[in-house]
Amino acid sequence: MEIKKTSLYQLHQDCNAKFVEFAGYQMPIQYSEGIVEEHKFTRNHSGIFDVSHMGQLFIYGGEDLIKDLEKIFPLDLKKLRLNHSKYSFLMDKDAGIHDDLIITKTNEGFLIILNAACKENDFKILKELLKEKYKMVLDESRSLIAIQGPKSSEILNEVINGVKDLNFMSGNWFTFENQKVYITRSGYTGEDGFEISIANNFVDKLTRELINKGSKLIGLGARDTLRLEAGLCLYGHDLDKDKTPVEANLKWAISKERISKGDFIGSDIIIKQLNDGVSKIRVGIKPEGRIIAREKTKIFNQSDVHIGEITSGTFGPSVNGPVAMGYVENEFSKKNTKVFLEVRGKKHPASICSLPFYKKSYVKGVN
Amino acid sequence: MSEVKYSKEHEWIKLDGDIATIGITKHATEMLGDIVFAELPEKGSSVEKDGTAGVVESTKAASDVYTPVSGEVVDTNQAIVDDPSKINQDPEDSAWFFKLKIKDQSEMDTLMNKDDYDKFAKETSA
Repeated sequence: MEIKKTSLYQLHQDCNAKFVEFAGYQMPIQYSEGIVEEHKFTRNHSGIFDVSHMGQLFIYGGEDLIKDLEKIFPLDLKKLRLNHSKYSFLMDKDAGIHDDLIITKTNEGFLIILNAACKENDFKILKELLKEKYKMVLDESRSLIAIQGPKSSEILNEVINGVKDLNFMSGNWFTFENQKVYITRSGYTGEDGFEISIANNFVDKLTRELINKGSKLIGLGARDTLRLEAGLCLYGHDLDKDKTPVEANLKWAISKERISKGDFIGSDIIIKQLNDGVSKIRVGIKPEGRIIAREKTKIFNQSDVHIGEITSGTFGPSVNGPVAMGYVENEFSKKNTKVFLEVRGKKHPASICSLPFYKKSYVKGVN
Repeated sequence: MSEVKYSKEHEWIKLDGDIATIGITKHATEMLGDIVFAELPEKGSSVEKDGTAGVVESTKAASDVYTPVSGEVVDTNQAIVDDPSKINQDPEDSAWFFKLKIKDQSEMDTLMNKDDYDKFAKETSA
């Protein structure tokens, strides 16, 4: 299969990107300054991420669509206000996670942002579940960029006036060069920021304008260190079909109202796990010292019993030390529990900690 | 002092009498990206030619460090353990990894000179 390129490929090359193949796309892992500098620049200033490989699924419909989507997602979509977004999951009947996603109510239906590696399969599953009753477009004609960091609002607002008035997890249509762009105030870094859906042939121009205003392109490498410091899950690592949202410690994302009624895919298991508890659960893990415990590192308790595994681990540039998350047996999931991580044959001390590792105050409501 | 020699695993080695100073090349650091962790062999331990003698980790991945010659570890550079970013800044001088009292001078003959290494590095990264 041919490797796909995003519409910003030329710009990535102009900015000396190092590329990797990711989910069938040629994507920039870093630029000339490197992951640590890119990470810090995003935290202190403003970074632009090309996330055009992600799926932008538009589903068109009204009241019926809301009812049908509520059978799939554990959300109160009827009450969700126009242009507001929610984090959710596509689950199987055992509440295993096919994908995690952001769903936004638009004036024509819903926009769902899907992971690149999952989008084709998600589309197939949703099409089947919705019995082809609604028009569904996995839109390849649009690009998606994120701008993240404390200066993002000011910079983006200079180019697209009005975005600074958006509230966190809400969006709207704006115009750029007479093109309709859909912008939400959201992101994946723990910083204030926006995601912008724009026609492929205008994304290069928009991105170059944002760079001219002082923002910089940031690669997938820093995207990973930023999201891990922010305690956010990466599908295929921290989430997969063998894990449920309750095990993933994401029950905050499940509507309480919907749980009381059940009646969504996976609801039996979710309700059972909420009542009875789970045997394993996702936690933050802070290694002592500088040793980095990466994905698949085994976790042991103080009696040398294997109690879990790391699902994401790296060096956090803002924390200035190693950070990780993983799944442990429930009884060892309490904050400050001492554990040991087996790295290159040796056991290194670490402790269970609360997430995120790095916290900043978001802009929640500006109005 | 002899010339600096290079290994296919991207280490450099500088011999002064029977004491060899070993580190990783600038080319290696460019391939690795930002180095955020370094582990060195223990002082007094023996290492064998082409065996592992440490680890470096970038934000992306861990990589073994090999020793291009055999010998006894007589010194290690604690400064790069305390601040691994020094390895990116000055890999072929102040950010050396360890010093060996070498066993067999002839092992040096199997290594590349600078021109050969530069050519090798260019070919393997293409």
